[in-house]
Amino acid sequence: MTSLVIAEHDNKTLKEQTAKAVTAAAQLGAPVHVLVAGQDAGAVADAAAKLAGVEKVLLADDAQYAKLVAESVEALILSLADKYDAILAPATTNGKNYLPRVAAKLDVPQISEILKVVSPDTFERPIYAGNAIQTVQAPEGKKVITVRTTAFKAAEATGSASVEKISAAADPGISKFVGEELSKSERPELTSAKIVISGGRGMQSGDNFHLLDKIADKLHAAVGASRAAVDAGFVPNDYQVGQTGKVVAPELYIAVGISGAIQHLAGMKDSKVIAAINKDEEAPIFQVADYGLVADLFKALPEMEEELTKLGY
Amino acid sequence: MKVLVPVKRVIDYNVKVRVKADQTGVDLANVKMSMNPFDEICVEEAVRLKEKGKATEVVAVSIGPAQASETIRTALAMGADRGILVKVDGDVEPLAVAKILKGIVEAEQPGLVILGKQAIDDDSNQTGQMLAALLGWPQGTFAHKLELGEGTARIEREIDGGLQTVEVKTPAIMTVDLRLNEPRYASLPNIMKAKKKPIDDKTPADYGVDTAPRLKVLKVTEPPKRQAGVKVKTVAELVDKLKNEAGVLP
Ligand SMILES: Cc1cc2nc3c(=O)[nH]c(=O)nc-3n(C[C@H](O)[C@H](O)[C@H](O)COP(=O)(O)OP(=O)(O)OC[C@H]3O[C@@H](n4cnc5c(N)ncnc54)[C@H](O)[C@@H]3O)c2cc1C
Ligand SMILES: Nc1ncnc2c1ncn2[C@@H]1O[C@H](COP(=O)(O)O)[C@@H](O)[C@H]1O
Repeated sequence: MTSLVIAEHDNKTLKEQTAKAVTAAAQLGAPVHVLVAGQDAGAVADAAAKLAGVEKVLLADDAQYAKLVAESVEALILSLADKYDAILAPATTNGKNYLPRVAAKLDVPQISEILKVVSPDTFERPIYAGNAIQTVQAPEGKKVITVRTTAFKAAEATGSASVEKISAAADPGISKFVGEELSKSERPELTSAKIVISGGRGMQSGDNFHLLDKIADKLHAAVGASRAAVDAGFVPNDYQVGQTGKVVAPELYIAVGISGAIQHLAGMKDSKVIAAINKDEEAPIFQVADYGLVADLFKALPEMEEELTKLGY
Repeated sequence: MKVLVPVKRVIDYNVKVRVKADQTGVDLANVKMSMNPFDEICVEEAVRLKEKGKATEVVAVSIGPAQASETIRTALAMGADRGILVKVDGDVEPLAVAKILKGIVEAEQPGLVILGKQAIDDDSNQTGQMLAALLGWPQGTFAHKLELGEGTARIEREIDGGLQTVEVKTPAIMTVDLRLNEPRYASLPNIMKAKKKPIDDKTPADYGVDTAPRLKVLKVTEPPKRQAGVKVKTVAELVDKLKNEAGVLP
């Protein structure tokens, strides 16, 4: 039969995580459909239709899907589930919110955050903050899967699938979206940036994050943080990288004033190159860093900015 | 309103886990076990609701081996009123946990069930959402802030782009994120008091649930190891290496 990928988007643009989940879905060996649940999300459906390997896009355009409220999305996916063997979503906070509901209703386990498709029913996934990798085989029946998107390449925009409008499911009416406070940034998103520069408790204050911002601006990097920096209120929660925050795997990750706790490493140790600046030469971050600089960050960061300026950045 | 808090016994978060040589799992022998850190936040939130007069009773539930009673005792020492231990040896998958919890919810009729967003051993992040679906209840996951109203709960959630607020009808399920509160340490007198609080012993069969795993674990392996690289002496050297050796600067 067919696999269904639930699209991640903001009603205007399709998020790259969807293209990555499509790649994972294609590896199951069956045709791939994409479901866009949204409001005035036609442009998103058109973008999904261009993803290589996608056979058809389903567009459910309705006010109740404006924010992918879990209870509504559950009802919509269940109304389509009969036609699909596998249902996949990127492991974003949206995917993690609605997909387990679908699995429970279908009476199947959810396979969370797959890193690899070993065969159509066998997957690798991280456990214990990525300190162990489990290879699991799904039982007969439907597969419900969230995809760790950093582990898959994005499907390219070379396809031309059709878009079919479908009707909304009945609104369960038990929960409603009230509002949101989104961090505004001109910089790339953490999960898709080629370079990420993160600060930890060593930054000492939110103001000092400007030292990182200046370098991020030069390198078109995203800015992240450790849990300690978020808990201390230096930066908002969505900056957190780690086991329970965002997982990133950029070309270059620069950790500044971060000790390197396993929960932090869980979110960045698959980065291609890791650089660390820390004044403690014993800091565990140096055990995973390709390039380590033992230095006071308040001296090193301004120097780095200057050095980059000298090189024309 | 009664509040139910499921608490899981897991490897302590400070322990460096070791994969067993025969690839059947991780080594749990003689390893320190604790309450899942997120579940401490659940207990704290429930106890605060009771202290504010919004909850009448806090019931801590654990599904696991006999030693999970220690995890329940920790919750009781933090202020929960009584416990339910559903005894099972071996791993229980989130779906089976959710089915057992559904049975307990039907028997106890809580107004709110507060779970952790994820257990730090299986990193599944599923159980609360599954329980909500099985009950047909709404959910507020990854909670950052909770405000209880009349027959509703307003939950501020940590999401990828920032914070989002939803309003759900109660009874409801909430799963907690790290910044909802800071869990208290149990005082010695409260630890003593907790010893007298009741814990009911149950089995999955009491709720008609089969806990046999549905996913087959073929193997558990170590992730690829990263080697420590080189130490550089100056910022200039660092920038030079990133640009010319690693080639990762734009
Ligand atoms: C359930 C759970 C989940 C968690 N999830 C996450 C997660 O997702 N992400 C995460 O990051 N953490 C997570 N943690 C927390 C984690 O265990 C650590 O506490 C945290 O990562 C530490 O942050 P840090 O490295 O910034 O702070 P610290 O460990 O305090 O390190 C600060 C570092 O800064 C250095 N430093 C200080 N001043 C300077 C200076 N002037 N110049 C240079 N270096 C300096 C110090 O040498 C030190 O190494 C979690 C913990 C638990 C229990
Ligand atoms: N065996 C268990 N006993 C009690 N609570 C559990 C158990 N397993 C999971 N939970 C609850 O479900 C949450 C999420 O777990 P998980 O879905 O496994 O990541 C945990 O934080 C607990 O609140």
